[in-house]
Amino acid sequence: MRNFLILLVGLAALIALPHGLSFSQQEILVFLVINVLLVTSYRLLTLTGEWSLGHVVIMGVGAYSSALYTKELGVYVPVSMLLGAVTAALLAVLLSFPLFRMKGFYFLIGSFAAGEIIRLIWKRFREPFGGVRGISGIDPMPDFSVGFYQFDFFEPVSYYYFAGAIVIACLWILWRIEKSPVGLTFHAVHWQDKLAQASGVNLRAYRTLAFAIASGFAGLAGALQGHYVGTVNPNSFDIEVMVFVLTWAIVGGTATFYGPILGCIVLTVLNEIVLREMGLEQARPLIYGAIMILSILFLPNGLESLVQKATRRKTTAKPEEKAAT
Amino acid sequence: MVELLAQTGLNAVYAASYISLVAVGLVLIFGVMGVVNFAHGELFMAGAYAVVALYADMHVPFFVAVAIGMAFVGLLGLLMEWALFRPLKDNPLGGLVASIGFLMILQSLAVMGFGVRMEHIPPVTQEVVRFTDKVGLPVARLYVIVAAVVFLSALWYFLKRTRFGWALRASAQDPEAAALQGISITQTARIAMFIGAALAGVAGALTAPLVSVNPHMGHSVIVTAFIVIIVGGVGSLEGAILASIAYAFVHTFVTTFWDGVLADIVGLSLMLIVLIVKPTGLFGSADRA
Repeated sequence: MRNFLILLVGLAALIALPHGLSFSQQEILVFLVINVLLVTSYRLLTLTGEWSLGHVVIMGVGAYSSALYTKELGVYVPVSMLLGAVTAALLAVLLSFPLFRMKGFYFLIGSFAAGEIIRLIWKRFREPFGGVRGISGIDPMPDFSVGFYQFDFFEPVSYYYFAGAIVIACLWILWRIEKSPVGLTFHAVHWQDKLAQASGVNLRAYRTLAFAIASGFAGLAGALQGHYVGTVNPNSFDIEVMVFVLTWAIVGGTATFYGPILGCIVLTVLNEIVLREMGLEQARPLIYGAIMILSILFLPNGLESLVQKATRRKTTAKPEEKAAT
Repeated sequence: MVELLAQTGLNAVYAASYISLVAVGLVLIFGVMGVVNFAHGELFMAGAYAVVALYADMHVPFFVAVAIGMAFVGLLGLLMEWALFRPLKDNPLGGLVASIGFLMILQSLAVMGFGVRMEHIPPVTQEVVRFTDKVGLPVARLYVIVAAVVFLSALWYFLKRTRFGWALRASAQDPEAAALQGISITQTARIAMFIGAALAGVAGALTAPLVSVNPHMGHSVIVTAFIVIIVGGVGSLEGAILASIAYAFVHTFVTTFWDGVLADIVGLSLMLIVLIVKPTGLFGSADRA
């Protein structure tokens, strides 16, 4: 009952949130919601112990393919978004054959190379990818009505509700996956790979599964972004964006489900609202870089470790107990 | 056609020179400290901007500017070792993340100090060494080639013939055993970081008048360097040099006969193929990662 009330209040706050913000802040909110999905899907991949540098490009695959399906084949937008996600997941399965011959550092570099190749292909081939300028004039999500609320997708608020509902549903699915036997096996693949293998777990299959699921959700995030912005181009999915995703995950921490989300929200608010309002536009990467360094030096377990400490103090009153990570 | 081939070959030799300077530094740092320095491309950029500030703006003689730039970037390397890599020694992902943070700091410092636009640097010399009417090597490019040969030979001598070099190689092979022999791991890490950074700095400084100097120039440099060290075998200096030469030839020829983006795709594909077929690299044997 208590949890249900908290959930209800939280939901009400999320619904009320955009009404106190300016137009540009509402737009940032839409991106924030999409990025939450992106970074959470990234975490699913890190569960198996692999850190990819190609995740943002996979997101781009979702955006590009969804855009092309609507433009070239005339697919209805919500359907094409799903198809975009499926395309990203299928591509991940394909990429897993070369990439999962590698682990650790090699996987990191390999995923970067694979991502860059995809990105350069978008850049090089004007048909059908539009070259450097990418694809513009992507069909927006068609307006619709659900009785009590009229979705008008010129308004960021409407898109926020639409994307927010999808993202919440996706987060719930990702959460269920993590808590399922499959999710527990992902943990085992990371921390006890030899034992897992000896117990008959097909490591390769589970790593591929995690990669495909994570990529599918990243692709959906990309499609949501593409149909909102109306354009996609190779540069919006380059390594700098990937660095931001990596920072969110690292600053938030990846031991818990909420860690990366926390990192994403805190840094986005800091970045977009605080720094932009203060007019520190040029110094933003500098401050971002400094935050990254400081958090890895002084908060190696991320913001989530602060939350864990605070909640544990309440329950066990033993603050000096080490986090069992 | 023969002349075009010869000219492209010369261009490739020039490209191989500065790529190998950058890649060897990266390999040295990785070998001794076990961290992947993502900021290496920005160290290259810092060297280039040192020449912009000293030679183009303050009219210091070119080679003095290059020397100061090299030392300055070496000091940046020491700073990174002290502030980032030493405290994060036990955190394998930490050094990488910290170097990405450092990369962003250097990049935005360059933007704030010099602006986003491309810098114009007056040419150091207009002379060209002519082989035939159509085949020539600009002297400014010759400087880079000579520098690569000189510095890499000096490094080779240092590593193979001096006590410090032995200590460095020992701590790259087995840090614990080296420490037990009385080698200071911190000291060797510092030396490796200084040399590695300075090599990137001198490459950036010497090529500054020949390329477009801008705050984001480090990106393509680090991508190239990664390709080279993977193809050459992570941790192998000889492999890095050979792979630089191979990569420079492939890239320059594809760029000349087709286009630059395709050349990048070919380079990255080569790296991916090497990662799949022989992850230890074409010339690598020992594997530390």
